[in-house]
Amino acid sequence: MVISGFLLGFCPWATEDQPSKESLESMLKISSFVDGFRNTGAVLAMLCLVLLSNCGCSPSESASTTKVRTLKNVSYDPTRELYDEFNKVFAEHWQSTHNEVIEFAQSHGGSGKQARAVIEGLDADVVSLALSGDIDAIAEKTSALASTWQKNFPNNSSPYTSTIVFLVRQGNPKGIKDWADLTRDGIEVITPNPKTGGGARWNYLAAWGYALSSQLGDLSKLKDANESDSVAKATQYAKEFIAKLYSNVPILDTSARAATNTFVQRQIGDVLITWENEAYLALRESADAQVELVIPSISILAEPPVAVVDQYAQAHGNTELAKAYVDYLYSDEGQRIVAKHFYRPRRSEVVPAETMQRFAEVKLFELTDIVSDWREAQETHFKDRSGVFDQVYSSKAQ
Amino acid sequence: MSSTEGFSHESRDPKWVQFLLIGLTLGFVFLLLILPLGVIFWEAFRKGIKTYALALSDRNAQSAIALTLLATAISVPVNMFFGLAAAWATTKYSFRGKSLLISIIDLPFAISPVIAGLMLILLYGIHGWFGSTLQSFGLQVIFAVPGVVLATMFVTVPFVARELIPVMQEQGSEQEWAAVSLGASGWQTFVKVTLPNIRWALLYGVLLCSARAMGEFGAVSVVSSNIRGLTNTLPLQIDALYNDYNAPAAFALSSILASLSILTLIAKSWLEARIDYRSKDKEELL
Repeated sequence: MVISGFLLGFCPWATEDQPSKESLESMLKISSFVDGFRNTGAVLAMLCLVLLSNCGCSPSESASTTKVRTLKNVSYDPTRELYDEFNKVFAEHWQSTHNEVIEFAQSHGGSGKQARAVIEGLDADVVSLALSGDIDAIAEKTSALASTWQKNFPNNSSPYTSTIVFLVRQGNPKGIKDWADLTRDGIEVITPNPKTGGGARWNYLAAWGYALSSQLGDLSKLKDANESDSVAKATQYAKEFIAKLYSNVPILDTSARAATNTFVQRQIGDVLITWENEAYLALRESADAQVELVIPSISILAEPPVAVVDQYAQAHGNTELAKAYVDYLYSDEGQRIVAKHFYRPRRSEVVPAETMQRFAEVKLFELTDIVSDWREAQETHFKDRSGVFDQVYSSKAQ
Repeated sequence: MSSTEGFSHESRDPKWVQFLLIGLTLGFVFLLLILPLGVIFWEAFRKGIKTYALALSDRNAQSAIALTLLATAISVPVNMFFGLAAAWATTKYSFRGKSLLISIIDLPFAISPVIAGLMLILLYGIHGWFGSTLQSFGLQVIFAVPGVVLATMFVTVPFVARELIPVMQEQGSEQEWAAVSLGASGWQTFVKVTLPNIRWALLYGVLLCSARAMGEFGAVSVVSSNIRGLTNTLPLQIDALYNDYNAPAAFALSSILASLSILTLIAKSWLEARIDYRSKDKEELL
């Protein structure tokens, strides 16, 4: 509005000046710049009209008498398709039970980047990120939600889980079957940078867990004081394993979706380590990409958590709505949608058997089997310079 | 006019040199400009006009177009007036630190857009210098539309001023002095003498400024919260769609962004032609 007024005010001066222009023109040999200039003004004014007409069709103005509320969900990359559908279904559910229209402000990006944005003031009602470490960071650096947030909802506040699998080229020409194959010479592995991507950290920890379990047999030995010798040996082996694996990585993308694009669209690499849901999505969305799925012998149980950001939800008057939204993820309907988008539901009994068939049987270990919590994982593995990843990756660079 | 220009070279250069140079230029332009642009339009329409229309009728796509135009419509006029003021101040007056000021205007050229975005977060983010004050008035800058507009303005600051300063420096102020001594007022002098002299530079500056404003990705992506339909500009929306495996929609929007740029080019040529034609008319009349 301000701009169009500004522009309208801009054109008239050219017109007003015209009479005096006639008299001076011949003397000073003035070109018709003023006229040309008015045209520029007209073009800009037209742009403005297009703009305003566009604004006119925004839904907030055309809303009917029912109350419209906005819920802001800040999420990570691979959940786009999931929340696209879930938001629609939840909005219908809420309208039928509360007679209110819900509009969603849905944001997607790398998990770490999204957490950073909330810390810097992005006023999310709900955060649904790749790992609890990222939500911990929000709780730690702001007062937006309590540090006990993970207790607010069942199953560590993770309504769905996933795991880490491989995508290989059609026919599996390099014969990749398990984690050990990723460290062979001449294999190009695509996985994102664990320092910037949430999924990438799960990839890294899944490989770490495999390396430990291949030496120890049973991961429970890690917590057994009598086994400290073999644990130390296995840890040394795991470091070498990680170093070898990441020396096979030609490109460290910043996020899981970027790595998928590198592998599927740009056709770089022999194997992609990625989320199970991301792998299935890639299989479905790019049928002509000629890739196939490989399930490793063992992998990690990835728990992407969801939390209500109390401070912002309260400020928006959305506390109850945000809680209902997260609760609905655990409902029968929510769990079916989750499974449809290739996330493993927590309550598989409410999901049709034929949907459940797509999830391969795989031996899963939990994050807490290999580290005590995300804070420790961060300190030991991903910290700048002193973390295992930086040590093995920088030694590779040298 | 072309007859006199063409005469001198055509007579000297052998035919094969002419063909070689023309062919080289055409080939280069085709390979590096026309072909990639053409591919965008081809990809956009490959899945049929229906897919194209569907991609454009999407609410989020329209809001991305609207936000891009809004950011452009605010930053271009503001930077045009700032550019005029800055060029006037630095070429017509002499003061201490003038050359430093001119260098500072260039800063956005030198600074990476990502850093520009981070600077805005440091200033207007909730932990930033002004962020909490603004927040208490209920004004969210970062991760909202004002942040996107601010980032666009930052990266486009130098365009107009940079085009104007050399031209105005070269021209000096004799003509203005003449106008003033003939009794013209300050405003008249500006409109009748200064503006006609700098019109090309100004037009170029404005066009470069709007092209950059529409295309800006880096700085905007830092301060945008990536919320579709709210804070995604066209370039961000295109990136998001491409990452969604939605290549047809991404190319459809790319074709819109490219069309906007082509429209500015056409507007420029049209204006050029009109102004040329009129001034020629007048010269003939004299």
